[in-house]
Amino acid sequence: MDNFTVGVVVFPGSNCDRDVSWALEGCLDIRTKYLWHEFSDLSDVDAIVLPGGFSYGDYLRCGAIARFSPLINALDEFVKSGKRVLGICNGFQILTESGFLPGALVANKNLNFICDDVELDIVSSKGGWFNNVDEKQTIKLPIAHGEGRYHCDSDTLKKLVDNELIALRYKNNPNGSSFDIAGITNEKGNVLGLMPHPERACDETIGGTDGLFTLKSLILK
Amino acid sequence: MDQFVVKVFVRLRPSVLDPAGEATKSASIKLGAEGIKSLRIGKMIEVKIEGNGENEVREKIDLLCDRLFANTVIEDYEYSLEKL
Repeated sequence: MDNFTVGVVVFPGSNCDRDVSWALEGCLDIRTKYLWHEFSDLSDVDAIVLPGGFSYGDYLRCGAIARFSPLINALDEFVKSGKRVLGICNGFQILTESGFLPGALVANKNLNFICDDVELDIVSSKGGWFNNVDEKQTIKLPIAHGEGRYHCDSDTLKKLVDNELIALRYKNNPNGSSFDIAGITNEKGNVLGLMPHPERACDETIGGTDGLFTLKSLILK
Repeated sequence: MDQFVVKVFVRLRPSVLDPAGEATKSASIKLGAEGIKSLRIGKMIEVKIEGNGENEVREKIDLLCDRLFANTVIEDYEYSLEKL
């Protein structure tokens, strides 16, 4: 695992890229490499994080423009190969806009930008992204978003439930998300998108370590 | 080549809550406007585009609407087209 490298994608407007890199390198001793959004050669990274922020100023819709970057075009093959991709906040929005995950993220029900710690139920163990084997567990992670209300139609929701693709649900739904959804995976489990920020919960001195496991699980095969 | 002005209207689907529309409705009522039954906010995108005839331009605009201008998971679109 010494050479395992996590690519942290940098779009114009990303602002959690350094936090993710700091958490991986400083807290977990996992090597990272920044990937400018115009790169399309992903051969020297073993997993990828799409960090939070406001890629392309959130113009048109959050994540809508990022979808057309060379890097996201190259991501399809990366995902198909089974390598792991974690989309946090704006990264989750990009994953839904580009079709790697179903549904969409729209303006919070109360229109507020919500910056808070939230309690989350871990619902599925698919992909091994959370420290649960079979029983439900609760973790606390920070959220910081204005457009984090997960929306999907009823058929999609049924598929998410039936196939155990719902990773996280809010205990006290802060933004009006359908079915309290805070994070979902793809069917294979190698892609996780979530609105909460695990990278901001990797050190006791800044409010908790419930995010460590998810970042550490990037190195799972 | 013909030139066209295309006006694309993108709206949240009726099944998607529009909190910005609700807030604006509430402000409209506070302003004293009566009789507002619903208010929803969308986007208008104006494109000047050239092509060989209306059909070719419609094909291009359909692609743009479907892949970029609207996210059809949450939004509907329609457009009008005017030859210059």
